[in-house]
Amino acid sequence: MRLTVDGLPETLAPRPGQCLRTALRETGHHGVKKGCDAGDCGACTVLLDGVPVHSCLLPAFRAENRSVTTVRGLERDGTLHPVQQAFLDHNAFQCGFCTPGMLVTAASLDQEQRQELGRALKGNICRCTGYGPIADAVASLDLPDAASPRDERSLPPPAGPDVVRGRAGYTLDAAAPAGLLHMVLLRSPHPHARIRHIDAEAARAAPGVHLVLTHRDAPDLLYSSAQHERYVDSPDDTRLLDDVVRHVGQRVAAVVADSVAQAEEARALIRVEYELLPPVLSPEAALLPGAPAIHRKDAAASRIADPERNVVGTVRDEIGDVAAGFAEADIVHGAEYRTQRMSHAYLETLSAIAEVDGDGLLTVRSSTQVPFLTREALARVLELPRNKVRVLCGRVGGGFGGKQEMLCEDVAALAALRLRRPVQIEFTRTEQFEAAPCRHPMRIGIRLGARRDGILTAMELRVLSDTGAYGNHGPAVLYHATNESIGLYRCPNKKVDAQVVYTTTPPSGAFRGFGLGQVIFGLEQSVDAVARELGMDPVRFRELNVVKPGDPMTSTRFALHDVEYGSYGLDQCLEHVRTALDAAREEPLPPEIATDPDWRVGTGSATAMIDSAPPFGHKASVRLMLREDGRFELVVGTAEFGNGSTTTHLQIAARTLGTAPCRIAVRQSDTALLDHDTGAFGSTGTAIAGLATQDAARRLLALLREQAAAMHGGAPDTWRLDGDTLSDGVRHLPLSALAPLEADGHASGTPRTVCFNVHGFRLAVHPPTGTIRILRSVHAADAGHVLNPMQCRGQVEGGVAQGLGAALFERIRLDGNGGVENPAFRSYHVPRLADLPRTEVFFADTHDSTGPLGAKSMSESPFNPVPAALANALFDATGVRFTETPFTRDIVWRQLREACPTPASGARTLQTDGAPAGP
Amino acid sequence: MDLNTITDIARPRDRSGLPPFREGDAILGGGTWLFSEPQRTLRRLVDLAGLGWPPIENGAQELRLSATCTLAALDAHAADAPWAAAALVRRCCRSLWGSFKIWNMATVGGNLCLALPAAPMAALAVALDAVCEIWCPDGTDRLLPASGLILAPQRTVLAPGEVLRALRIGRDRLHARYAVRQASLTEEGRSAALLAGRCTEAGGLALTITASVPRPLRLDFADAPAPDVLRAAVEAAGAAAGWYDDPHGAPDWRRHMTLRLAEQIRAELAT
Repeated sequence: MRLTVDGLPETLAPRPGQCLRTALRETGHHGVKKGCDAGDCGACTVLLDGVPVHSCLLPAFRAENRSVTTVRGLERDGTLHPVQQAFLDHNAFQCGFCTPGMLVTAASLDQEQRQELGRALKGNICRCTGYGPIADAVASLDLPDAASPRDERSLPPPAGPDVVRGRAGYTLDAAAPAGLLHMVLLRSPHPHARIRHIDAEAARAAPGVHLVLTHRDAPDLLYSSAQHERYVDSPDDTRLLDDVVRHVGQRVAAVVADSVAQAEEARALIRVEYELLPPVLSPEAALLPGAPAIHRKDAAASRIADPERNVVGTVRDEIGDVAAGFAEADIVHGAEYRTQRMSHAYLETLSAIAEVDGDGLLTVRSSTQVPFLTREALARVLELPRNKVRVLCGRVGGGFGGKQEMLCEDVAALAALRLRRPVQIEFTRTEQFEAAPCRHPMRIGIRLGARRDGILTAMELRVLSDTGAYGNHGPAVLYHATNESIGLYRCPNKKVDAQVVYTTTPPSGAFRGFGLGQVIFGLEQSVDAVARELGMDPVRFRELNVVKPGDPMTSTRFALHDVEYGSYGLDQCLEHVRTALDAAREEPLPPEIATDPDWRVGTGSATAMIDSAPPFGHKASVRLMLREDGRFELVVGTAEFGNGSTTTHLQIAARTLGTAPCRIAVRQSDTALLDHDTGAFGSTGTAIAGLATQDAARRLLALLREQAAAMHGGAPDTWRLDGDTLSDGVRHLPLSALAPLEADGHASGTPRTVCFNVHGFRLAVHPPTGTIRILRSVHAADAGHVLNPMQCRGQVEGGVAQGLGAALFERIRLDGNGGVENPAFRSYHVPRLADLPRTEVFFADTHDSTGPLGAKSMSESPFNPVPAALANALFDATGVRFTETPFTRDIVWRQLREACPTPASGARTLQTDGAPAGP
Repeated sequence: MDLNTITDIARPRDRSGLPPFREGDAILGGGTWLFSEPQRTLRRLVDLAGLGWPPIENGAQELRLSATCTLAALDAHAADAPWAAAALVRRCCRSLWGSFKIWNMATVGGNLCLALPAAPMAALAVALDAVCEIWCPDGTDRLLPASGLILAPQRTVLAPGEVLRALRIGRDRLHARYAVRQASLTEEGRSAALLAGRCTEAGGLALTITASVPRPLRLDFADAPAPDVLRAAVEAAGAAAGWYDDPHGAPDWRRHMTLRLAEQIRAELAT
């Protein structure tokens, strides 16, 4: 059939049930993205004869003789559409995967729709930005004279023009290799079962099928899907394909065929005989005496703390004397909290293409935060020499920790090695919910003791973490959760009793904050409660009790001691939030709230500390080259998934060298280019990898000077680089005369420093309906010297948005069988623009001694104080403690009704938490 | 998403071209639901688009809404309509979980026949006392009140091969007075309760309750009900049907919101 795509004639031959999205992508129109494939996220939006539609829902045949406009068709004669330019100007994207659909939608809006943007964009999900810059970009279309939001430090992301033009190459946007085959996975319908028999004969004989893999084909070797610099951080409990399934959705078999359709058809022909085993659907049930052991494995070999009791790892320690601390206390507070199962909801689903060349080199292009660690893992699992494995990324469409795993590369690679043909795998959104790791749900018990003068005397923390069917990241998350959370407080007596256990539910994994957010949700509420019980302002109470430079940061003996106060801005952050909330309390209420006596109004805040990098080392590698043409090329190991690290690398390299960022090209995330790099996680993109870039730039500059001095005399340090010329004030050498040169830079990830985040809310809550309205949202961050304020603000706003998603909306619901009840964005509510307030962001004025150019990390941590701050404001408004996330309207309504609190007098209630003691 | 089991699209140009029903058939309206979930049992789609039904026909006695009328066309029509029910129509369109982009594809008939509890076209059709015009496979037509169409979530009285042709709405219903209320867990979110009340000519109340119950409920009060009478009737009807439970709201909250919104509708129409 014929149609017009982006102004040019196109011919498609769609299959009867094919949607327009895949038909367009198959013909190379890769500006159209798949985020959900179900009409929920809007990443595939196109204009059909000028009218915006979701191309994943449009039967392709209906586009016959019509005109289709994708993001690539928005430009006119090489000039960006005004909305594309506005998105560039406002940094209105991070990973950029939602951007094509967002732009096409925004370009279609009339002025009236732009005024009601929350409604107009309810069919577009952005998981990275929190929508603030998107709203600003759209609003700017009606304000042509508004000043540019960009300050001189905020270098725009180098990939920006490609992102807004729909030309950025994500994992599956490369040209398909010749002979590409497609893999789909058969997944378990049972939470716990042994596979007695798999009959795959009919599937193998089905049309187009090349291979069916089952556990009989899988290497008899255990590993973890989690990837760390230190291999032993997660237990070896996973097989590539196992003969025991431990959660609904676990992979059982893999089918490879010429097309996805054929692979799906064949998958339906596989017959599996299961021997059902008893399910274990909660961490409490997992610990009961006699509970079935989910992983009966060798404890030492697999590094599982107690396989018979389902305990993967524990943190048990006491410093000081907690009993004495409680004895000394004038008040003792205890409470229990729970956090929910939550999806990362990055928009680019897990995907990979594996191929093997004539020399036996396995190349995997993958959507990963950790290409180098995945290379190691593939080599180990598939028993290949590491020089026979190459892993690389395109642009990665979001991660948030969820791509610090090897979840599809292994099985695709195994098939490619068998078939010697390229094999592609792409998770559906449903698979993301059912089989990609979620955030660890935790039960958190807190006891705090304090003297009347406001000094904490004892802290006791109990944690029960649910790692699900596999232990990927389970122990490491537990260590982190129990470290900086209590390390923030200068209390001599601390006790931790924490464990992480297996259940037969979908596995948990690394998620922005790496466990800290869960514990902080509880701890910061208890700190708030103690302050109120003492009649103190909670911010003042924190000021009295938080660590200050020189104080030891203490938690448990498992903590490493390479963390120092490279800088300290917590005092500024607390002060800023206090001042902002004081001012907010004086602001008039919106009329609809002021005139309805049912509304309750309150304020609350919470604090978070985070180490600037993961423990046990985080290695970053960079190579900086001067090319023959006198330009620089920066090869970076770490991955870019919207965190903006590429921009800061350019800034660091340019500033250190003394040249302009536009003279430096960046290549990244390819194991063929460098020896090793731990990857993009643990907030290391700027703080650690940036150091490596600084190191490489210093070394290259030294080489340039030495070379110039050797050629022309003078001391090396009299030579300075200025743009494209090296000069000693008298002589001027073009850089091309010195090329080629190169220097490597490295960073080890130690010593580390600490970063701080404080969040404050003023909100109104409506007990008759459970509705929460956020009136003021303010966030103070200590990120050291902020290299790129717009980008750093974007990280903060995006983290706050995810924190609000956790606090207000998001929950993966499991059914009675342990399967996911809401595996789609229509039933798992990721915040839309209409759901979120604008957050005012403040940066502390500090300069860190450990980080590059004084910078610290700022990517995971803005999330961490948000749910507790919201809960504290809710308490202030209502006198009721909300101890379990999320606070959806139905839950808020029910809890307020059950509590029947005395109507709070405005925002000044200081009631004490009456929650039961810890677990 | 691709519906890979579909091997055939029937694209009839007129009624005689509608193929006899066979197992694995599905009627394709806008496709916004069909293409949003795997449909492993389907083999053929019967596309209504080629029938060329005029979306909206303004008759002297009634408004005829084709099943293939998109929500966008309906909303645009209501935006310029002189009748009082226009606000109800527009509010129901807005209550669709999908954005205005989905309105461009989703059809009135598709939303109604999908029969999800939150389907705003079900609320609209029942509130307007619409009559469903149904094409039977034997070439005859039958008429059915919209309130009798939906049996349960995703289940209607339509027999295999029957096609919803149109909704007929009496002029008097377009000019009546309505009050609408929606509850949702989120701003602009999916309906957890969607209620519409009409002030009858005799001064009574016709109350339509959807989204908080598995199928649309209709309560007719000959006289304007007192608050306690209304409450008792809503409570009894909801309890009999069962308060709906899904990720879009807990049943106890839905019950509470339904009672609250019903009372707001009563009060608004009583003034």
